Amino acid sequence: MSEAALAAPPGLAAPPRGGHAVFWGGAALLAVALIAALRLLHNDYAWFAGYFILQYVVLASAWNLLGGYAGYVNFGAAGFMAAGAYTTIVLRKALGLDLLPCIAAAACVSGLLGLGMGWLTLRLRGVYFAIATLSLAVVLHTIIVNWDYVGGSRGAYVVPSRDTAPFVTHGEYVFVVMLVLAVLAVGIARMVEKSRLGLGLAAIRDDERAAEAAGVPTLRLKLIATTLSGALMGVAGAPLPHYSAYLNPEAAFSLAYGVNAIAMPLIGGAGTWAGPVIGALLLGTLQQAATVMISSALNLLVVGCVLVAFVALAPHGIIGLFRGARR
Amino acid sequence: MDPDLALLLNGIVSGLLLGGLYAAAAAGLAVSFGMLDIVNIAHPALMVAGAFAVVVISTATGIDPLLAAVLQAPLFWLVGAGLYSFYNRAFERRGDEALHGLAFFFGIMFIIEVLLVMYFGADQRFVEPPYAYVTWRLGDIDFPLRMLVPGAVAMAAIGALALFLKRSFAGRAIAGVAQDPEALRLLGIDPVRIKRLAFGISVALAGVAGGALVVVQPIDPWSGHVFIGRVFAICILGGMASLGGTVIAAFAFGVVENLTATFYGPSWSPAVAFGCLLLVLALRPQGLFGTAP
Amino acid sequence: MTEPLLRASGVGKRFGGFVALAEIDLDLQNGERLGLIGPNGSGKSTFVNCLGGVFPSHDGSIAFAGHALHGLAPHRRARLGLARTFQLPRPFAGMTVLENVTVPLLYTGTPNAAEATARAYACLEQVDLAPRARLLPRQLSQVELRRLELARAIALNPSLLIADEAMAGLSHSEVDQILALLFRLNAAGTAVIMIEHVMRAVTEFSERLVVFVAGRKIADGTPRDVLAMPEVEEAYLGTRAAA
Repeated sequence: MSEAALAAPPGLAAPPRGGHAVFWGGAALLAVALIAALRLLHNDYAWFAGYFILQYVVLASAWNLLGGYAGYVNFGAAGFMAAGAYTTIVLRKALGLDLLPCIAAAACVSGLLGLGMGWLTLRLRGVYFAIATLSLAVVLHTIIVNWDYVGGSRGAYVVPSRDTAPFVTHGEYVFVVMLVLAVLAVGIARMVEKSRLGLGLAAIRDDERAAEAAGVPTLRLKLIATTLSGALMGVAGAPLPHYSAYLNPEAAFSLAYGVNAIAMPLIGGAGTWAGPVIGALLLGTLQQAATVMISSALNLLVVGCVLVAFVALAPHGIIGLFRGARR
Repeated sequence: MDPDLALLLNGIVSGLLLGGLYAAAAAGLAVSFGMLDIVNIAHPALMVAGAFAVVVISTATGIDPLLAAVLQAPLFWLVGAGLYSFYNRAFERRGDEALHGLAFFFGIMFIIEVLLVMYFGADQRFVEPPYAYVTWRLGDIDFPLRMLVPGAVAMAAIGALALFLKRSFAGRAIAGVAQDPEALRLLGIDPVRIKRLAFGISVALAGVAGGALVVVQPIDPWSGHVFIGRVFAICILGGMASLGGTVIAAFAFGVVENLTATFYGPSWSPAVAFGCLLLVLALRPQGLFGTAP
Repeated sequence: MTEPLLRASGVGKRFGGFVALAEIDLDLQNGERLGLIGPNGSGKSTFVNCLGGVFPSHDGSIAFAGHALHGLAPHRRARLGLARTFQLPRPFAGMTVLENVTVPLLYTGTPNAAEATARAYACLEQVDLAPRARLLPRQLSQVELRRLELARAIALNPSLLIADEAMAGLSHSEVDQILALLFRLNAAGTAVIMIEHVMRAVTEFSERLVVFVAGRKIADGTPRDVLAMPEVEEAYLGTRAAA
């Protein structure tokens, strides 16, 4: 092995330490700046709009871990998210737990769901996994609807805590929580992408059989991705009962979550950590504006059309368009 | 007859009748998913669109809804052919079916449902053919015509399809394209044309199933959702490409669901259906009639 | 006699009613060069898939490097040193040539990214692909894709390489390229099973020749002896003329 070979191409050997510091530092700065800016606005609605978009950043990043990185489509994102939301409701009611411990618990519950379902179906082709995720969402929905402790189809109320210091309002509180979660989720997605796990998942996405023949433990990697993805989706849903003090199954299992979880990464650019962020920011803002200005049905129609247009014409998403333009 | 036995037998019979409807819904999928390996998750949405179309036609002209469903089949065939052409050009040629093709049909499903909401509103629609409230009785067993007639029509449609697939040249080409597209090319048959024909048939069947659906129960734009898992489960249970297997699986599904609803309450039946699917995927993914990998 | 590197006993595989493979007994010694030929559909690829673990359930047993392979997933077999290439090259299309070779290294004993990348580069040098390291697979020519397949297999540091039709569709000089690579690999100690239709390559390369017809082994011996057998000539009408 010559010196030249060792010094050769960056690829994975790209300077990680510098890159990571830049990301986390930059994200922290951005977050602080965002909070300061919104405080200056003195508009409570801004916190809620921001939360709406940030939860999608988490959800889309989570979906992408399995969908974009490994190529396994999860149609039941709403189920994982609702599992997180209802974990919060149950723990609040049973043990009076505050939001932060509930988030941790939600991660465990949804992570276990992901692991269980993956274990059941990941030995089969990707399409069976996709259908199974849909089934899981329906099963969970049915269980919740029939479960009186959490209010069944009538829904449940969560009394928001009075003391929200050092935050000015309750809205700011949930926003900041979700902001932190979003930074964490994107950071995790970025670390996975640049790690050995990320390359293994990419190999699985490109050609699973070849990956197996090359020594990649495909089942194990897929299970890790499914668990992590599920956990983060649960985390995205955990603060939901605090955000809207009332939650019913129809809202928790809303189709909007399911479709956006797929549309946002694909439109932004699946396969990299930045794509879901772009997709969430873009589509999230679009939908907020649309819901306010037109009907919510129309805004979902727009999402559907944009999704179809993008998968057909720009399969690598917005990021792919930029990369293509550069060459 | 002992009342519990009567309840059980009625539960089984209505389960079978329900299974007839499920067979109609799943038969198209046996073609698109089983034979062409296309995951058309929008299939139930297309069925619901067919149901709405039948409502419109039937209330406007007074034609029997099932007849309307059969008459509108060619239109749905065109829709299916168009969808497939787009799908083929955009995804199959690029090898992108796994992720992007799937997302495409998801988007289509979404668009169909939202268009239905925007055009028809969120309220339920139904039709009332003359036999809607007639029930034949055999001893203590009920045979509501509102379920029997659609079931019979569905079986006839499936039977016709089976004959077509077995006897006609095009039909056998469809069976062949799934296994060996190259061989078809060597025979001078364009696999894409055959697949387009087949996918069109699958959507046409969805349209017919929609007619059956709206006779059995009132519908709203989201009625398709509970069917997504069901029809895929039935298709997988039935061994994928087998129409006969699909029909039997559909009946079994209907019975299990209905008995659950009768004895444990209707709000649990979706969970049973999908729970069964998860079990099947875990334990016997080749279905009841398929061969192990 | 030393323990063979590979021992297949009574291996068979059925698909529904169709018998793809039946009662295959095959031994392979360390460092041996074995050629496997047979008409299309004779079960060669099925056999490779059984060896590789793609078909986990089959009749008979396979032992490799002292391990019983039954129930072992493909990636574990790869880790044991059993490498295979595919008939049609299957590169990881979304990553660079270098990353293609880094993947197997990362997962078979070199988890450190920098080290794996360096070793991957060395594998690429072995197959003369180093200058193309930063390209994407779609930018490679057919023979370069074959070399990439081999580089990926070499990265596993295999004691056995199964080259499944690695020369199909290549020109005369390209066949020579690949042949030279395989000879080099074998000289370094790797046993090779070459599955080919390109007769010239098989006869030049193999120390031993095995013939499959309709899922059964009908011949196993030196190339000269095997090719002289009337059954083999019958199965391969026109072989002599084509070679």
